[in-house]
Amino acid sequence: MSDAAQAGTPRMNMIQAINSAMDVMMERDPNMVVMGEDVGYFGGVFRATAGLQAKYGKTRAFDTPITEIGIIGVAIGMGAYGLRPVPEIQFADYIYPALDQLVSEAARLRYRSNGDFTSPITVRSPYGGGIFGGQTHSQSPEGIFTHVSGIKTVIPSTPYDAKGLLIAAIEDNDPVLFLEPKRIYNGPFDGHYDRPARNWTAHPASEVPAGHYRVELGKAATVREGEAVTILCYGTMVHVVASTVEEMGVDAEIIDLRTLVPLDIDAIEASVKKTGRCMIVHEATRTSGFGAELAALVQERCFYHLEAPIERVTGFDTPYPHSLEWAYFPGPVRIGEALKKILKD
Amino acid sequence: MDAPRANLPPLSLHVPEPKFRPGDEADFSDVDVPPAGSARRPDTADKADSFHELAYTLIRVLDDAGQAVGPWNPRLDADALRKMLRSMALTRAFDERMFRAQRQGKTSFYMKSTGEEAVSVAATMAMASDDMCFPSYRQQGILLTRGYPLVDMMNQIYSNSADPLQGRQLPIMYSSKDYGFFSISGNLTTQYPQAVGWAMASAAKGDTRIAATWCGDGSTAEGDFHSAMIFATVYKAPVILNVVNNQWAISSFSGFAGAEATTFAARAIGYGIAGLRVDGNDALAVYAATQWAAERARTNQGPTLIEHFTYRTEGHSTSDDPTAYRSAGEPTAWPLGDPIRRLKDHLVAIGEWDEERQAAMDRECAEEVKRAQKEAEKNGILGHGMHQPFETMFEGVFEDIPWHLKEQQQQMIAERKAAGI
Ligand SMILES: Cc1ncc(C[n+]2csc(CCOP(=O)(O)OP(=O)(O)O)c2C)c(N)n1
Ligand SMILES: [Mg+2]
Repeated sequence: MSDAAQAGTPRMNMIQAINSAMDVMMERDPNMVVMGEDVGYFGGVFRATAGLQAKYGKTRAFDTPITEIGIIGVAIGMGAYGLRPVPEIQFADYIYPALDQLVSEAARLRYRSNGDFTSPITVRSPYGGGIFGGQTHSQSPEGIFTHVSGIKTVIPSTPYDAKGLLIAAIEDNDPVLFLEPKRIYNGPFDGHYDRPARNWTAHPASEVPAGHYRVELGKAATVREGEAVTILCYGTMVHVVASTVEEMGVDAEIIDLRTLVPLDIDAIEASVKKTGRCMIVHEATRTSGFGAELAALVQERCFYHLEAPIERVTGFDTPYPHSLEWAYFPGPVRIGEALKKILKD
Repeated sequence: MDAPRANLPPLSLHVPEPKFRPGDEADFSDVDVPPAGSARRPDTADKADSFHELAYTLIRVLDDAGQAVGPWNPRLDADALRKMLRSMALTRAFDERMFRAQRQGKTSFYMKSTGEEAVSVAATMAMASDDMCFPSYRQQGILLTRGYPLVDMMNQIYSNSADPLQGRQLPIMYSSKDYGFFSISGNLTTQYPQAVGWAMASAAKGDTRIAATWCGDGSTAEGDFHSAMIFATVYKAPVILNVVNNQWAISSFSGFAGAEATTFAARAIGYGIAGLRVDGNDALAVYAATQWAAERARTNQGPTLIEHFTYRTEGHSTSDDPTAYRSAGEPTAWPLGDPIRRLKDHLVAIGEWDEERQAAMDRECAEEVKRAQKEAEKNGILGHGMHQPFETMFEGVFEDIPWHLKEQQQQMIAERKAAGI
């Protein structure tokens, strides 16, 4: 047991950590409100807002009509008044109806009003597959939003990071899309869907301080140091990558990006220059995915250090299939094949 | 933020709250239930602004004694009534069995329509068999009424090797052009403007077919609902817009869709669309309202919005536990009763049915469902290997498979080999 655990640091799963971040912030900042479909009395379909309405009242934690564009538009308006709204979109797959308010409004308010108005909102949304959710409960739309100037995109991979990053996102004065990898809400996932599910208890990052702390936006984490290859990943894939690397006995350096925009380019550059190889892993579809941006950046900045072509491991360019979920998911086999290829010579 | 002005009263924010929460006794005595037969039936050629009161009342045909009364009585013959009853009973039996199949781990997800069977079954019977339906996920009764094979529904639910949708879609997201049933989306209310578009196309082509669509009370909040309304009224689209007001949207009561302020049928008024509010648990009222709206549509009088006032008796889906947010007593306290029991009582009251035949019908429906399930399970259940061939994942993204998907298809086949699958 680590010092922190002995000192009474609570163990939390990712939902509890996210809940705790909102609780801490609502306590500190009377202007923070949470809103969204089923988030009030019920506490959210994944229970992320459980208890907040009972504690802070209905005007600070409330259910909304089922209109995603309304939820984001209203959050922007509340932000313009001076509140700090944290709207939830029930599944990232349902964020598309909100696109205009996010892309044309939240993202550009500061710029077009020359700072007269800002949009200090944090949009939370569960994303990603691996739960047999079919095509409308599985998508990873981060690449759509990283393409938009003016929105920050954050994706945690552990309970500790989830809480610290969410607090930092809420305190940030710009709009942040906070995507929560729902497959690892209750425990890390090694990509072997046929093995028993694990919970977070045994993972060191499930020690989550009860109070306020921040994990700075724009800073990646080195999950594993290594010399053979740099692997850039985020969300659920951090865990799939880590366990695949262990199983294969590869000395990889694993970087958990944590924030996609703004990106920790220094961490990426330093690592790739050290290892000379770069592999990118994400669950989202391949074409125009965030991996394409990463590959371009790495070749622009590290070209003369590269000893092999950059590898991208991604979901396929199809809608997320229901029954063939595990053939679609970029699991240990796809990652393993790519590792063999990039380390070949 | 500036300090509020001291000389003015402070504002306060209203956040709706349902009348009952877990632990409360449910009491619906304040729900206004007008007597059966009390609503007038306008001529289908009347202007939409001449019967606004029908958006605020409840069109009801079946009275407490099981008699069909009033101007909306569709005067169906006994055979049609028995078919209606059987389709509703079959829908319920199907739901029971498939819900259980999910609980047994045979599939990932299921949604029942318990208590709302009349809304899909009776409406379908009032339309022509080639009219086009754009349903939500809770109108399985349409397919069952139109005689779609139970086995194929189950194959879809199991995502198995015989799934007509190739295992691509979440269970119950059926699609069947042959049966006039549009592909169900997981995203709410997208079907609403699509139904209007189909109806506009039918009108533009001088066709005779009309369209109908369904969404829930909660779903009326989506922008697509309002987009559909404006297109429907502007082009007088031959479409029936159904709102299934079962009063709950997962954990959110209908107040979060505006029901504290007005009815869903009243949404029609601002758009100049005909609006009817119907007892959704009265199969004959649903039939009559749909028949009326269909006649209006077929005679170029334009769209009708029908609110079906009903109650979601069970959880939202297999992922939901309603006891966490609503009073456990609500389903039984709900004053409009059960649609199957009410139609059965009517048939008994007119001497065309009895308890024995009811019991026999229930047994028959259960048997039919069981037989179909056995048949479907021969094609596999979810997660047990009998799915579509892996390479089919890349088919149907486009009409033809482009190079990058072909490459990914090859990659996936190589992965299967590498994994020894
Ligand atoms: C665009 C979109 N937002 C949110 C959801 C999640 N969701 C699925 S069903 C549902 C409730 C819908 O309630 P209602 O319209 O009343 O229909 P009912 O389930 O009662 O039939 C919600 C919020 C979704 N599927 N699509
Ligand atoms: Mg509803």
